[in-house]
Amino acid sequence: MKKALGLAALAAVLACGSANAQDINVKIGVLSDMSSLYADIGGPGSVAAAKMAIADFTKDHPNVKVEMITGDHQNKPDIGTQIANQWFDVDKVDMIIDVPNSGVALAVSQVAAQKNKIFIVSGAAASTLTGEKCNANTVHWTYDTWMLANGTGKAMVKTGGDTWFFLTADYAFGHALETDTAAVVEKSGGKVLGKVRHPLNTNDFSSFLLQAQSSKAKVIGLANAGGDTINSIKQAAEFGIVKGGQSLAGLLVFASDVAALGLPTAQGLVLTETWYWDANDTNRAWTKRWQQDRPGKWPTMIHAGVYAGIMHYLKTRLAMGPGEHDGKSVVAKMKSMPTDDPLFGKGEVRVDGRVIHPAYLFEVKKPSESKYPGDFYKLRATIPANEAFRPLNEGKCPLVSG
Amino acid sequence: MERVVDPLVNKPSAWRTRSELIGFLIMVLVLAVAPFLTYPLFLMQAMCFALFACAFNLLIGYVGLLSFGHALYFGWASYLSAHAAKVWGLSPELAILTGTATAAICGLVAGSLAIRRQGIYFAMITLALAQMMYFYALQAKLTGGEDGIQGVPRGRLFGLVDLHNEMAMYSVVLAIFLAGVLFIYRIIHSPFGEVLKAIRENEARAISLGYKTDRYKLVAFVLSATLAGVAGATKAIVLQLASLTDVNWPMSGEVVLMTLVGGLGTIFGPVVGAFVILLMQFKLAPIGEWVLVIQGGIFVACVLLFRRGIVGEIANKLHIRL
Amino acid sequence: MIEIFGIPSQALFGQLLIGLINGSFYALLSLGLAVIFGMLNIINFSHGAQYMMGAFAAYLILQYSGLGYWPALIIAPIIVGITGVIVERLFLQWLYKLDHLYGLLLTFGLALIFEGVARNYFGSAGLPYTVPESLQGGRNLGFMFLPNYRAWVIVASLVVCIGTWFVIERTRLGAYLRAATENPTLVRAFGINVPRMITLTYGFGVALAAFAGVMAAPIYNVSPQMGSELIIVVFAVVVIGGMGSILGAIVTGFGLGVIEGLTKVFFPEASNTVIFVIMAIVLLVRPAGLFGRRA
Repeated sequence: MKKALGLAALAAVLACGSANAQDINVKIGVLSDMSSLYADIGGPGSVAAAKMAIADFTKDHPNVKVEMITGDHQNKPDIGTQIANQWFDVDKVDMIIDVPNSGVALAVSQVAAQKNKIFIVSGAAASTLTGEKCNANTVHWTYDTWMLANGTGKAMVKTGGDTWFFLTADYAFGHALETDTAAVVEKSGGKVLGKVRHPLNTNDFSSFLLQAQSSKAKVIGLANAGGDTINSIKQAAEFGIVKGGQSLAGLLVFASDVAALGLPTAQGLVLTETWYWDANDTNRAWTKRWQQDRPGKWPTMIHAGVYAGIMHYLKTRLAMGPGEHDGKSVVAKMKSMPTDDPLFGKGEVRVDGRVIHPAYLFEVKKPSESKYPGDFYKLRATIPANEAFRPLNEGKCPLVSG
Repeated sequence: MERVVDPLVNKPSAWRTRSELIGFLIMVLVLAVAPFLTYPLFLMQAMCFALFACAFNLLIGYVGLLSFGHALYFGWASYLSAHAAKVWGLSPELAILTGTATAAICGLVAGSLAIRRQGIYFAMITLALAQMMYFYALQAKLTGGEDGIQGVPRGRLFGLVDLHNEMAMYSVVLAIFLAGVLFIYRIIHSPFGEVLKAIRENEARAISLGYKTDRYKLVAFVLSATLAGVAGATKAIVLQLASLTDVNWPMSGEVVLMTLVGGLGTIFGPVVGAFVILLMQFKLAPIGEWVLVIQGGIFVACVLLFRRGIVGEIANKLHIRL
Repeated sequence: MIEIFGIPSQALFGQLLIGLINGSFYALLSLGLAVIFGMLNIINFSHGAQYMMGAFAAYLILQYSGLGYWPALIIAPIIVGITGVIVERLFLQWLYKLDHLYGLLLTFGLALIFEGVARNYFGSAGLPYTVPESLQGGRNLGFMFLPNYRAWVIVASLVVCIGTWFVIERTRLGAYLRAATENPTLVRAFGINVPRMITLTYGFGVALAAFAGVMAAPIYNVSPQMGSELIIVVFAVVVIGGMGSILGAIVTGFGLGVIEGLTKVFFPEASNTVIFVIMAIVLLVRPAGLFGRRA
């Protein structure tokens, strides 16, 4: 009797011991802009999305133990670098995710490469992250400037918007967006009639909009972001640009911007995103859950990207099994496994770190067409995944051989 | 600006410097031990900002000139230092020198323009010049615009010491910082420094005594800009990046805040202020939404209640000079 | 078509008109600043934040009471003006005896607080606010399409600016105010409640900022940072015009709006630097500003 009990006890202990040895421990850091310009497109919404991803994954795989910390880079590369360094060195974070703001993202990407950890970008736009500045530790989810330019540019020309005028923010990002889109427009058979460059954070666009109006171009491309875009759109409505027959193409617009503008002002705006909350039932259900954490707000594609990125990362870690794995090998494994998550569907992580998924050209609905709060977009075109992003050989990424 | 009424005016001069000396020794001790207790990268960044604040304090605390555009020198030195290290491949000490020289030149040009006016107009000119250089930085190829200059190599100091080693880098930064503070100390306690203080007290009287006050103010301005440049150039090497935040006017505002919180017109005030503000930014990063509000609150509290700043209050209570 | 410097004259007139419209915002905002500095010697760095509060007040008034633009034009400035009075009583009154720069630093801190709180509660993307029905649309003037709202902006700011100037420079109340700044003790000896005048003046200056904010809400993005983006430019305007001069603020505001508008046509990339360049030049040549009284 005693022997049997003893054996049973031993077996139990062994079983517990081996269960612990099977645990996979992961620490994730959500680094975003919690308090300033990008707090709505990323920020606390990204944290909410991350929590959901972790909860969903660990529910099905209880042997994966995930710890999450969050940080605010306040749009300052200094602070972003400081936090990334501290997280990787001191707090033993394995993977950092999100980081809206290309400047900060580029900095964190360098840090991740130096420390051989992992960085999944969802928030930033710079296509150089998978181009000249690519490295083996960075994965770029959701979108980038090339995809935006290509998506909106090509699709607009195909649907009749073949003459363009650009309103460009006068700094590297704006220039890049303008150059990329102009190239796509011309390649698709359209013509660029003119452009005007405005300083960053301009309040009043009336003078630039006048020039755009007099150009009589069918499409006015807004190669700017954030407050500049919102002001351009608001004032374009004032000047009756859309009513006058010209289309506005927002080259970088998020659902939260549309909410800020309101449908009467934003109606008719054309934009490209890779995820929309109301596109299908899965997205709607996900959004409802997300909104429990963020009442009154609408999730953007960046939030969806955070969710999907974490899911794929955790899947990869599960496949690699317990134990220490350095950044490069995990990212390599991520690239070898095709992505498949409820939000973005099927896709893959390319050699240069770029994640491929379909993109969608949307048009903002008229107020009369909107049936319920959040009903912002109607779908104008779908761009398949292999066309949506820059071809592998055009990016000048050192990881791409040949 | 209000300053600590000097309680030592009747004590022999040896007394005056003793407290400052003790303060300095304490600071050296703390900084020597700290990297073993806290994250060294944070300390290095804090020292760079502390030097920046000390440089700013030289102008406001001892000459009475409020520069609202000091980020110009800090930021552009940072850019040139980063560029020198990354693109020209200079070793770190040469890169820092390049950055410092840039700041000195900017300081000379800006100073000769701004010195002609006093008070709020002086502040506005410095702000205008800083804004112009910010917009230039936004567009210039050199600065990388919004992205900034990333991946700056730390290199080998004098071609020998690999600065990727955290402790080596820390020692270098500590040495630069202490040298900077000592230099400022030397300036303040020299005949030149006495003239500066005389100008702050009563410029008309100084002129009537025969001093060419404009020249003194310009020299002080250039020194302040140069030291701010040292801080910026070093920071670029430490953090391995230079960005627009370094030249933007909130940065100028932050250095004012650091000096105010620490104590205007004291040697150690800006150091303490810089550490406090950076610590706060760091610790509050998880609850990022409130950083702006808290910073504003500190500004308000300091102006209303703690005009002397942390170090100033301590010095006042203990009747010593810090 | 006549061409001036390569730009068709029609387009040029259009841009000039737009410059004038922008100038009216600069004039309104710098008017408030000039009133506060001229009367109180306080450099009100929170002016931008108070402008933002005016726009937000308009939005909130719409949300919670359904009252639209026209009532908001009156109510919002009053509400924000009252907060200004509170700020003056709680904080500013202790600083009058000190150097100007403390007032600047304090109001700078307040600006951070206001902006931070707004950001926390409303996010940073912005809030929707549309042009009121009665002012929508526009008319084709031949050389440009002028939205009705923009025409209203010019008219309203001219009225407010000239009205304020008149009150301060030509009425007895204004005379008391000006006397109170120059020699408060003597004016008090005459039985006039100087502290209360000062408080109300600050409140009025703040209300002017809020009024500009309500005017801006339909056309500019209503976001927490809308003020901080504008404040530096407005300061430049005030400094160029002369820090204490009401007339200087108005004239310079409109004038600089026009100059900026012209720059946007000929050299758009420089349009945000041109005001600072002018400020630096003016300060070096005429230190008190174009219309200023103090050296």
